[in-house]
Amino acid sequence: MAVATQPALATQTAHSMTVRGLKPFYGKRLAVQAMDLDVRPNQILALIGPSGCGKSTVLRCLNRMHELIPYAHAEGLVKLDDINIYAPGIDPALVRRKIGMVFQLPIALRTRNIYENVAVGLRLGGIKNKAELDARVEKALRDANLWDEVKDKLHLSGMALSGGQQQRLSIARTIAVEPDIILFDEPCSALDPISTLRIEELLLSLRQRYTIVIVTHNMQQAARISDRTAVFMVEKTDDVPIGVLIEEGPTEQIFSTPKDPRTEDYISGRVG
Amino acid sequence: MADAKAVPRITASSRWARQTRHGDVFFWLLTLFFALVIIGLVVVVGVVTYNGSAEARAAYGWSFLWGTDWNPIETELYPVSFGAWPAIRGTLLSSLIALILAAPTGVAIGIFLSELCPLRLRQPLGFMVELLAAIPSVIYGLWGVAVFANWFNNWVANPIANTAGQFVPWLSGPIAVSRGLAITGTILAIMILPTVSAITRDVLQAVPNHQREAMFSLGATRWEVIWGAVVPYARAGIVGGIMLGLGRALGETMAATMLVGNSTRIEQSIFMPATTAAALIASELPNSVSLIHESSLIALALALFGITLLLNVIARYLVWQTARGPAGEKV
Repeated sequence: MAVATQPALATQTAHSMTVRGLKPFYGKRLAVQAMDLDVRPNQILALIGPSGCGKSTVLRCLNRMHELIPYAHAEGLVKLDDINIYAPGIDPALVRRKIGMVFQLPIALRTRNIYENVAVGLRLGGIKNKAELDARVEKALRDANLWDEVKDKLHLSGMALSGGQQQRLSIARTIAVEPDIILFDEPCSALDPISTLRIEELLLSLRQRYTIVIVTHNMQQAARISDRTAVFMVEKTDDVPIGVLIEEGPTEQIFSTPKDPRTEDYISGRVG
Repeated sequence: MADAKAVPRITASSRWARQTRHGDVFFWLLTLFFALVIIGLVVVVGVVTYNGSAEARAAYGWSFLWGTDWNPIETELYPVSFGAWPAIRGTLLSSLIALILAAPTGVAIGIFLSELCPLRLRQPLGFMVELLAAIPSVIYGLWGVAVFANWFNNWVANPIANTAGQFVPWLSGPIAVSRGLAITGTILAIMILPTVSAITRDVLQAVPNHQREAMFSLGATRWEVIWGAVVPYARAGIVGGIMLGLGRALGETMAATMLVGNSTRIEQSIFMPATTAAALIASELPNSVSLIHESSLIALALALFGITLLLNVIARYLVWQTARGPAGEKV
């Protein structure tokens, strides 16, 4: 389909993103102060910070999901490899196919069975061949560590799975289309500890093939799995809260010797 | 807990006792009474129409339903005879025409209002659609007779009769001036449009946003999101809305009486006058000429009651079927 022939977003082995001067808006209100960020290939970048600091908003700007909210838009430069995804003429649907997203709530598409929940993205991409669909659905489910649990009930509704299984189903759906980058928006905050552990293991194994950005409330999770961490804070100017990126660096350094005192307050539990 | 003394002392006996028994029981009885009134009304309507139609049922039995002659007055050519088929056929056909026209249009309007409409337009447009439902049916009938009929004849009935009508008998001429099944069905379609579109909009808006976002995040276009996730999710409710509209079309009396032509002859063409059960009852019951005439009209009412009941059961079944979704779902 169009994806393959589009030279602008041609496939490479490892993918990176560059953010320069990104300003997400809700209506006229600036949600996060202009910020720069680098997403390095085959690494996990964690975005952490207290509620309302705009970390999810920033994440949703990375694959143009932000603008789906009524009256929301973003300004600035966001590049996937060397393509500005906000350049005029770029199809946001194509961007989202290259930069997948997994949400906080596990989402089983209600009217589709387990197989179709994974195949839906492939079908959107124009794949009709049954054998190819079968192979890629199985591979995605295996990569999401879900295959053994669902291989005998692929025709059942995804709603019949547990929350943790549904989240792995969501991940399988996202990786089935083999995106360049995967964004995770608090993927474990609705899950129990054991399911969380399984998702974290999965993230670490996915890192070998994908570049990952994850928003998390859970600082231990960021410390456990991420290579780099970006810390956001809420500042108030004239009583209007606004998110600010205060610090970004290797996760070890952020958690041991943060440069900004607010980071230290936050990770030691004094703020947020 | 502003005042510590106001808190009742907890004793062994009072500790687990319920505090607000009487209100609960009273409210329960009150709502139960109202619920029973509904059942009672259905039973009363059933019993009254059943008893009132005794003569007709005794005279014709089940064949009343497919009898094609409706002659209240004896003439040299035709004896007195009552058969419901012209009215039942007219009812079903005019409602079918209304359904064919209103279901796709109404669903499309609902999709637009819920999924595509700019936010600032959504409120006023939705209000207008609901306003359409508030127009009394006599006004639809009047507008149909005085304004729409002429336009319909010139731009719909004649062109169809002159083209497709040459090959398909039930679309053929001659075309009655401003009366007929087709124009009745079209006006009924306009009347049930707000029902279908308002319910479609409401059930689509009730679809959780994460179903849309999951599709968007896979690179789906808005069209693919709507048809791949949103509409399938809401299909049970959409079918319900269409069936509610159909129920209104089946029972609509005033506009049908004014537009259908009130002819109990069965004509092949849908552009010719016909009658519907509701129209026939409304126009003949006040001046029925004999006991058997009145009884037959009441039997017709019973038949209409049965048809709407049957269609509602079928609709329930359809909704239940589609609501189940893929096997294994916990509903």
